Amino acid sequence: MRALFAFIAGGLFGSGLFISGMTDTAKVQGWLDVFGAWDPTLAFVMGGAMIPMAIAWIIRARRDTPVLGGTFPPPAPREIDRKLIIGSVLFGAGWGLAGLCPGPSLASLSYGGIGHWVFFVAMLGGMLVAPRLSIRLDRTVPAE
Amino acid sequence: MVMDWVWGLVGGLLIGLGGAVYLLANGRIMGASGIIGGLVDGTGRRDAVERVAFLAGVFLLPVLLYPLYTSIDTHITGNWGVLIAAGLLVGIGTRIANGCTSGHGVCGMSRLAPRGFIATVAYILAGGLGVVLFRHVLGVI
Repeated sequence: MRALFAFIAGGLFGSGLFISGMTDTAKVQGWLDVFGAWDPTLAFVMGGAMIPMAIAWIIRARRDTPVLGGTFPPPAPREIDRKLIIGSVLFGAGWGLAGLCPGPSLASLSYGGIGHWVFFVAMLGGMLVAPRLSIRLDRTVPAE
Repeated sequence: MVMDWVWGLVGGLLIGLGGAVYLLANGRIMGASGIIGGLVDGTGRRDAVERVAFLAGVFLLPVLLYPLYTSIDTHITGNWGVLIAAGLLVGIGTRIANGCTSGHGVCGMSRLAPRGFIATVAYILAGGLGVVLFRHVLGVI
């Protein structure tokens, strides 16, 4: 049952990415390119996604457990560390460079052509080495 | 152009609905980089079935929707060097930051998580600077 609902959630996510045009790298780069022909579509996508998600967080606050059992995620951590900033900056640079982030990268694999596979495999490679870099960043943080 | 915005909004609502189902039914945060990354580095082995099911949905629904469209161009660059560099940056960056556009952006900001807002500002600024640098200054993309 958990797998079925995960599949449904993934299906909604994948169709949303597809329908919204977020698998089109030109749309993403068009949004980031404020000095070119600026394309505001991404703001509509993000805004649209916030609505059901914000409602879901309100419903979550009134429930003790998820519908399928188990536990809800812990409250959002408030700590702003440099891993958050450094990681997000690296991610943003790659996002701008190719116009793809992890969700759309997977959603476009079936029809986008070889370039999407090249990006996807490189991304998996990055994810494989990331824990080692992450530990190094932890180590070099001065003791407080 | 306006129709692009409408489809953007409709698609966005579906994305948010997916996140709502994953949170309320499965009790999980819908973050694409975390779901994929946990399988890659082994930290998500315990709930691997759930992760694979989610990712199968992300992969398969566009396969079903694709025939409804006459032409789709993803405008991806043909430069493999750029694609490999970008893929590595996205893979490393999202795992170090523990989230991407879906986790920090959609799920984080909608619950007013400070980390969600900070991450989103950081990756949008870096992405914007990246596009300016690589497109307008260096002419690589």
